[in-house]
Amino acid sequence: MAQVARKSTKWILFIILLIVAAVIIFPILVVLMNSFKANLFISSTGAFKLPDSQSFVGLANYFNGADRINFFSAFGYSLWITIASVACILLLTSMLAWYITRVKGKVTSAIYYLLVFSMIVPFQMVMFTMSKFANMIHLDNPVGIIVLYVGFGCGMSTFMFSGFIKSIPLALEEAAMIDGATPVRTFFSVVLPMLKSTAITIAILETMWVWNDYLMPYLVIGTEYRTIPVAIQYLRGGYGSVDMGAMMAMLVLAMIPVIVFFLTCQKYIIKGVLAGAVKG
Amino acid sequence: MEKTLRKYFPLFALPALICFALSFLIPMVWGFILSFCEFTTITDATFVGFKNYVRAFTVDNYFTGAFWFTLGFTIVTVISINILAFTIAMILTKNVPGTNAFRTIFFMPNLIGGIVLGWIWQVVLNGVLAGFEQTLLSNAKYGFWGLVILMNWQNVGYMMVIYIAAIQNISSDMLEAASIDGADGKTTLFKIIIPSVMPSITICLFLTLTNGFKLYDQNLALTNGAPNHQTEMLALNIFNTFYSRTGFEGVGQAKAVMFTIIVAAIALIQLIATRSREVEN
Repeated sequence: MAQVARKSTKWILFIILLIVAAVIIFPILVVLMNSFKANLFISSTGAFKLPDSQSFVGLANYFNGADRINFFSAFGYSLWITIASVACILLLTSMLAWYITRVKGKVTSAIYYLLVFSMIVPFQMVMFTMSKFANMIHLDNPVGIIVLYVGFGCGMSTFMFSGFIKSIPLALEEAAMIDGATPVRTFFSVVLPMLKSTAITIAILETMWVWNDYLMPYLVIGTEYRTIPVAIQYLRGGYGSVDMGAMMAMLVLAMIPVIVFFLTCQKYIIKGVLAGAVKG
Repeated sequence: MEKTLRKYFPLFALPALICFALSFLIPMVWGFILSFCEFTTITDATFVGFKNYVRAFTVDNYFTGAFWFTLGFTIVTVISINILAFTIAMILTKNVPGTNAFRTIFFMPNLIGGIVLGWIWQVVLNGVLAGFEQTLLSNAKYGFWGLVILMNWQNVGYMMVIYIAAIQNISSDMLEAASIDGADGKTTLFKIIIPSVMPSITICLFLTLTNGFKLYDQNLALTNGAPNHQTEMLALNIFNTFYSRTGFEGVGQAKAVMFTIIVAAIALIQLIATRSREVEN
């Protein structure tokens, strides 16, 4: 009897989960469906109707939208800025973390606390001066912005790297140095290989941040070079006039890489979230 | 080893520190100083003392409005996100068929960026409200609850992942002992499960708290503060003060300093809360 009862609760729970899953997927389906409809049929009560012979426009919204905001160049900028920033963050902050963990002193601990402090400060605090300053020293281009991302990503990533480095025994590094390896050699052939799993976690967290970041690319390089979030917001245009058809199509295109990334790296993403939550 | 390594400061530490100084340290100090100045460009400023801080409240009541809106929004989302995430995590640790697929689906919205999310929900919510001949912008309460729904949709999956890990870590011995002693579901939940996952609850509470306070992208894409600044949150209000009115840059910077103090205070309380818990254990 108890067995039967447990089985039926399981089915009730399953149905609850199905409903929640439907709520999660529903908005995405609405956007997908509307991306094939003419502008006129998206607004107001028509938003939830399937495309019919009257409203169906095929891929017209996709061509129109991609053309208007230059989606593929935005995709290129997003991809370049994300990959280059994350690569630089990983390399430069792992070196910094090793240095400030292994060299004890007032200076290194001051650096450590400054970095931790930077994790707390909201972007709005530095947004105005930073974007003007970046403009002054000519960092307002797709290469210069990488310097800014390294600076902003520095805090969390150095914090996580040095947390891990503290836990690895000194003996290995000392043995390498006694055998005559330079610090550079010791770092790249002894320390760096051990940092691999922490590096993957950090890479995931920084990728999620840089790819979706809107304000920094908008303020620093937004007038000339648009990343995907900036390009999408740009569709809004003047007062109230939004081409909803093109918008829907661009939202679909913007979601595809994210969903592909998630499905391929799901295991690492979940791990990253857990590590980030515990540390941050 | 420390001695040899010490000399390598320019190679190991300097590159990252230069980036850090250029993008964060210098703009931060500069911004703090400018909050006491009147300026339109950052190099031409005159000292005005606390005038900007006073003007932040006296010029209009949008900043105080934004503060109360943000506070209300944060309180509602902290409670709703954590209750929903915890409930779903409880269900997903009960060996229900399809657990992995559900977990994947629930987590997915979290990776979609704020701007894209805001537009997705604008279409859905306007579609629903159209049935009542309303739009998102016709009344501030639609914007408020719209943002709450959006935030739940995005964050429940993230917090759920943290809760699942915590619930799975509870030793099965303890749960078994409880059930042998005849504890019912409610007792097990409140006397064993919730106390055991308390560290994770603290983490999730503070994550949702800071996420709520710092929200910007979603606010911009969903309502952009309309109607008449009534759905403007703190971050958006600061942005608009900086960029939509000339002559108000100093006021914007003063607001940003106050915003930083609020966010830093939350982080500090979190630090103390987690520290004291670690000592207890």
